Amino acid sequence: MLGGMFTKPENARVYWKEFIHQCYEIGIGSAGIVVIISLFLGAVTTVQTAYQLISPLVQKYVIAQIIRDSTFLELSPTVVCIVLAGVIGSKIASELGNMRVSEQIDALEIMGINTKTYLILPKIVASIIVVPCLITISMFLSIWGGYLAGTLTGILSEQQFTQGLLTDFITFNLVFGLIKSFTFAFIISSVSAYFGYNVKGGALEIGRSSTTSVVVSCILILCADYGLAALLL
Amino acid sequence: MIEIKNIKKTFGTKTVIEDVSTIMHAGKVNLIIGASGSGKTVMMKCIVGLVKPDLGQIKYEDADFLNMEEKEKKELRTQIGMLFQGSALFDSLTVENNVMFPLDMFTTKTLAEKRQRVNEVLDRVNLKDANKKYPAELSGGMKKRVALARAIVLNPKYLFCDEPNSGLDPQTSLVIDKLIMEITAEFKMTTIINTHDMNTVMESGDHIVFLHQGRKQWEGSKDDIIFSKDTYLNNFIFASEFLQDAKNKRMQDAKHA
Repeated sequence: MLGGMFTKPENARVYWKEFIHQCYEIGIGSAGIVVIISLFLGAVTTVQTAYQLISPLVQKYVIAQIIRDSTFLELSPTVVCIVLAGVIGSKIASELGNMRVSEQIDALEIMGINTKTYLILPKIVASIIVVPCLITISMFLSIWGGYLAGTLTGILSEQQFTQGLLTDFITFNLVFGLIKSFTFAFIISSVSAYFGYNVKGGALEIGRSSTTSVVVSCILILCADYGLAALLL
Repeated sequence: MIEIKNIKKTFGTKTVIEDVSTIMHAGKVNLIIGASGSGKTVMMKCIVGLVKPDLGQIKYEDADFLNMEEKEKKELRTQIGMLFQGSALFDSLTVENNVMFPLDMFTTKTLAEKRQRVNEVLDRVNLKDANKKYPAELSGGMKKRVALARAIVLNPKYLFCDEPNSGLDPQTSLVIDKLIMEITAEFKMTTIINTHDMNTVMESGDHIVFLHQGRKQWEGSKDDIIFSKDTYLNNFIFASEFLQDAKNKRMQDAKHA
């Protein structure tokens, strides 16, 4: 399927319009859930880390360090991408599935349009560009959520939180989180596009393909998560 | 003109089309008729290239469609318009944008020129004041008209209609049939309709191919049908007593004439 996507567009302007439309759909369509999840991920991590760090020998600022590193390495890229697999993946699979079942894809092919290039490529490229942006926002919000939960409940002070964020900061952790988000974005969009594009049957099969795409995406995200960690850390 | 030679299509162990040959004439309404499951849709999909036949040859004028380069195929496809059974309109686009889509994709016209052309074809299919509506807001007949407008917006040489009357009331069916006939004559298109609507058969069938269990059982025109002695064709076309009476009346009229 991926091989068939790379052909010369019939009209680059129409393809560009479709790409922008997909960026908007994927970005704005998922922004709300990303904001909510990220804030709570950071807040819950702060509270639970403080609950487990009972030794008086461990400095309070370590809580902020833990939030920072877990956010960069795992929480934002992996957890948020698993949620995005549900949001974006099911949307792509059901949209393409509906187009297949209602003969809209056939209509495009009759017109002489390469449907893989026109329908799938913009979705994959848009995901690869927009999802890492969402993950970057998620990282910021998760840390902010942790800061709010930590300072408002008196777990640690503002100075301690800032000290924790800056102590032993490893830039590669941030880069690693972004590498993960690129990989997961590709998995989410290509898997869901595959299942949606190849739907056969009716409404029931559209639902099934949507569910299957989310399940397969989640499993592949977890496998890739382990693989990347083993390779790069 | 489209020439179809000995096409065969099998899905698994089931042969759906077996050795069908015919010629679809230019400027005429060509019908493919047959009972459900007789292979009409697969045959039409083979002709437009949505399904690749296992054997045979399909020629658009003199060009061998099945062995064409992808680039040539793309060029040919801009000369093909198709009206799908379920209309196949793009849900997320308005009527205007649906009809404008082929113009956006394949022409370099300005927006004003494209709008003018869209209005021309929407006028041609008698659809006014629906430009800003979405497909979900349209009736079945209106959807078919929009789909027909989209199919003819690039002035195609070939028009394919898959069950254009399905899901429509008899009156709207007549309107759609009449439109297709008029458009075929006006633009001198080679029109191929896949149908089991008897009214379409008797009114617009310049050339009819009757399929029975994947094979060509009979071929002729609407005038030949009444005098045909083919049992399968007679059982299919004149299935009800009402239609049988209509046939007898037409035969008597023809004798008196």
